[in-house]
Order: sequence, then C-alpha cells, then structure tokens
Amino acid sequence: MTGVRVLVGTRKGAFVLTSDGRRERWEVSGPHFGGWEIYHMAGSPADPSRLYVSQSGGWFGQVIQRSDDGGATWRPMGNEFAYEGVPGTHQWYDGTPRPWEFKRVWHLEPAADDPDEVYAGVEDAALFRSADGGASWQELPGLREHGSGPAWAPGAGGMCLHTIVRDPVRNGRMYAAISAAGVFRTDDGGKTWLAANRGLRTEGIPDPDAEVGHCVHRIAMHPSRPDVLFMQKHWDVMRSDDAGGTWHEISGDLPSDFGFPIAVHAHEPDTVYVVPIKSDSEHYPPEGRLRVYRSRTGGNEWEPLTKGLPQSHCYVNVLRDAMAVDDLDSCGVYFGTTGGQVYASADAGDTWAPIVRDLPAVLSVEVQTLP
Amino acid sequence: MIRVVLPAHLRVLAHVEGEVLLDVPGEATLGSVLDALETRYPVLRGTIREHGTLRRRAFVRYYACEEDLSHDPPDTALPEAVALGKEPFLVVGAMAGG
Repeated sequence: MTGVRVLVGTRKGAFVLTSDGRRERWEVSGPHFGGWEIYHMAGSPADPSRLYVSQSGGWFGQVIQRSDDGGATWRPMGNEFAYEGVPGTHQWYDGTPRPWEFKRVWHLEPAADDPDEVYAGVEDAALFRSADGGASWQELPGLREHGSGPAWAPGAGGMCLHTIVRDPVRNGRMYAAISAAGVFRTDDGGKTWLAANRGLRTEGIPDPDAEVGHCVHRIAMHPSRPDVLFMQKHWDVMRSDDAGGTWHEISGDLPSDFGFPIAVHAHEPDTVYVVPIKSDSEHYPPEGRLRVYRSRTGGNEWEPLTKGLPQSHCYVNVLRDAMAVDDLDSCGVYFGTTGGQVYASADAGDTWAPIVRDLPAVLSVEVQTLP
Repeated sequence: MIRVVLPAHLRVLAHVEGEVLLDVPGEATLGSVLDALETRYPVLRGTIREHGTLRRRAFVRYYACEEDLSHDPPDTALPEAVALGKEPFLVVGAMAGG
C-alpha cells in the first residue's frame, strides 16, 4: 500500500487529493468540471485508475464522466437514465401523486470485480446499472416497482437513492437506501426487493413503525461481517445484526443522534464513526464544536474525537456521502464539510488536520487506497 | 451554414471554442438545428433538451435576432438571417441560481 487518493465532490466542481502512505503532504488537483455540482465520485476496486463521476446542474442536467488514468483525463459517458416502462407515481410533499422523473445521480457504486460494471442511485429514487463502463444505463425496476413505491415521499433534499451497499460474500445481495422511504434489500441481484426497516421508529410520520417512510441518511457495512449494518437515520443511530431484518438503536451517549454520514473502520468491524449534528433544523455541530464520535463497541458507547478539529464557532455540516476511510494499516478517516474543509486523520480519528480549507461546499468524499 | 453559440459549460463539454457551424439539411428550424447540433456533438444530448421527449430543459433558452424563441414549437422556422448565417442562433443558460 503506497498511498491514497481522496475524491472530493463539491457544489462547484471536483477535486482529487493525493498523498503517500504517510498522509502528511497532499497534492490538490482541481477544480475539474468547474461550476457543476459533483454529487459523487467513485473509483473501481477492480481497477483503481477507473473513476466515475456524477456531474450535474440545474441548467444542463446530468453528465457522467469517466477516467481511465486516475483522474488525469476524463471523457463524458452515457447520460440517459430512462425508467423502465411507465414509471407510475410517488407522493409529493403535499401528499398528491407525482410521476417519477429523473433529476440526477446521487451515488455511484462500482462493482468489486469488474471496472465496467457500476451501479447508480438516482433521484427520483431508482437503481440503474451499467455493464459497459458507463456508456449505457439500464434500470433495475424491481426496486421502484416495490409495492410501497406509490407511498414513497421525498425528503428535503429530494427523493433520492443515496446509498448502495453490496454484500461482498453473498452473490446477489445488495442494499439500497432512499430518503424518505428507507432501506431495501435484494437477494437476487436486484430483481426483487424487501423493505428492511423493522425496528426503525420515526416520529413525524403517521405510523412511527411503518414499513416504509423512514428518512434513512446513510448505511455502512464492514466487508468481513456483512450481516451487520450501521445506520445514521434522520434521528437515531441504528444497528442491524441480521442483514436488515431488524434494527435496534445504538445512539447511546451521543450528544445528538441526528446526523448524516456513518462509516466503519477498515480493520475493526465494531469501530464506527458518526458526526452528530444539533438537530434537523440546525444543521451544525452541537455547541459549535466539530466532533467526530467513535464507538469501539459497535455502538452505544461513543467518544468524541476533537484533536485538530475546530472547537469553537464552527457551524458547518457534514453530508451523508462526505465521510470515508482508507485501507492502510493505520486506518485513515476523511470527511468534508459544507464550509469547504476536508479533514483527514491518519490514526483512525485520534488526530485530525485539514487537507484543504476553502473548497466549495463538499457534497461527497471517497477514498482509494492505492497499491 | 447555421451559426450556433453555446453557453460556456456546454462549449467545455463539447470541446469547442467560439461558434459552432452546422450544415443543416432542409429547412432550418429549431428542431432541425438542435438535431444537427446533437448529431455533431452527441455529448450534448440530454443537456439542452431532455432525452426522449426532446423538451427544452427548464433553464435553457433559445434566442435569435433579439427574439426569444424558447417557447416556439420545434418545427418553427428560424429567422432568415439565421438561416443565411448572418446572425447566430443562441443557446443560453437562463439567469437563475448560483
């Protein structure tokens, strides 16, 4: 393992941050695609030189970019995301039915073993797959056609499929999370899906224990223990020990259980990271002190990580796709803020330092550990 | 030749500088010019008009000869000055948002 490449998507372009394994000195490349919103960038586990980018904007819609040389050069790929058949309706904010309409790609998830295979989670919520390196996209309609689909409603950020987690052991098992519908699991490669929200409780919807309607912000898994899932919900940090069959709360002693991202240590399946945010309307850290919280016990007991992070007058947010870890022996943890800072810790969160301080608002952070 | 001026972001995307010159077979209409533009630069598909429906994206405008043609149907003939190459056809990103 010789280095890391941090892929940062921002409100006004993409940035690529690279360092050697010490993670002390950084090269910053960008902005790429300046002026466009970069909801997500992701590298292929099968070929680290293969990168995919979701580039979008209100004026000119969706573009997918691909690099085959680690971000040195890019080329636009297919950008047609057509729902299969007649897409039907979901609920709008006012409770009226509204036809599904593609808006943007929120998340790209390259396959583990094939650089040309990549999944895309989109708004309005649906899952697409490309088997030709992003040249063309086909919907996996079974998710959108889940019987609960007409009851799905958008969260404040839109009705987005924002998280895709593939089980590295069970072929065909995959999770998708949608705001504000919840978690869904497939065991057959995306043909059929089950709602996986039992145990979630959401005040503010008519039935707090409903099968769907939960504003799940992010889910995470350690690859060595794929039946255990961690979730940051709108409120509540949750855990499932049975592949999403049931969930239980692990918020424990957090100062707030509202937040967006959640991540798992690369080598310790019970070490989990969250960034508590004061409330659903006050999207900044409690007391203006930016703290990552780490649990080494799989939840409930949390410790604040503050060294190197601003501990006064800090009112930034960390969005759901803006935290990631590397695979180096001493696990690196990274997150980006709406204030344009990208912080890195090369010691699993004990100490932090900014890589950059003044980027546009950060939408997403991914990390590649380079061979 | 039809002269087309693209907004800056689409010039970058299509790797063009300055105006685009298009040879449009038949009558120069809104639809035929945009068809020719997308044929020459497939990367622009979906960025000016939506895939499938070919509806103009909400924050894109079409101007020519100081007229707003954005709401005209696609078979609308472009002004003679555009058809003769004396004036450009402008694809504009609307003044909206930040």
